[in-house]
Amino acid sequence: MAKIMFVNRNAPHGTIYAWEGLEVVLIFGAYENELSAVYMDDAVFSLKKGQDTSALGIKGFLQTLPVLEDYGCEKIYVDKESMEKRGLKVDDFAIPVEVMDSAGIGKIMEEQDVILPF
Amino acid sequence: MLHIVNKSPYMKSSLESCIRVAQKNAPILLIEDAVLGAAVGGSVEGLVQGALKDHPVYALGADISARGLAGSLTPGVKVIDYADFVDLVEQHKPMTWL
Repeated sequence: MAKIMFVNRNAPHGTIYAWEGLEVVLIFGAYENELSAVYMDDAVFSLKKGQDTSALGIKGFLQTLPVLEDYGCEKIYVDKESMEKRGLKVDDFAIPVEVMDSAGIGKIMEEQDVILPF
Repeated sequence: MLHIVNKSPYMKSSLESCIRVAQKNAPILLIEDAVLGAAVGGSVEGLVQGALKDHPVYALGADISARGLAGSLTPGVKVIDYADFVDLVEQHKPMTWL
């Protein structure tokens, strides 16, 4: 069983990165791995409550985020500095997350077998 | 862990975030537009000098040469070729800062 971490750094909706980063978690959920995800830099906005993409004509993230846990991705980490720099607080996120400082994020990255960046 | 950065530090925060998170002594490799950060005298020079205190910093020679930067690199940045790149990836798990 491999420890696999998805590191999300790109803003939602402007590019496909954030969406792909979410989809791939669901795919990996079919296999026996230890999954986790980090949201840092502009990707912290992917977790924000109240996103309404209907006028853009694209599927949003809010239906998918709560099922990550059911697909085996039980640990969702948010980089504290990225969050604070963008004026966000832990209450602004649509799902429960663990807020972690730079050193903590660096440490858990080192513990992974594989890192997939988005 | 090998941290690979390919975006210009003047356009994106990838290098800055990488340096903030990278554990002490973890190597950092600049490729593609990220090599612009290794040019001497730029406003990100301090960022790179700070990284050099805690990390080996490499830059891919092909990208350095293509941008005419071979003679003007921040001291301490090591220029490597593609074979060295492969060696680094063999020796360390990679994390790419897209």
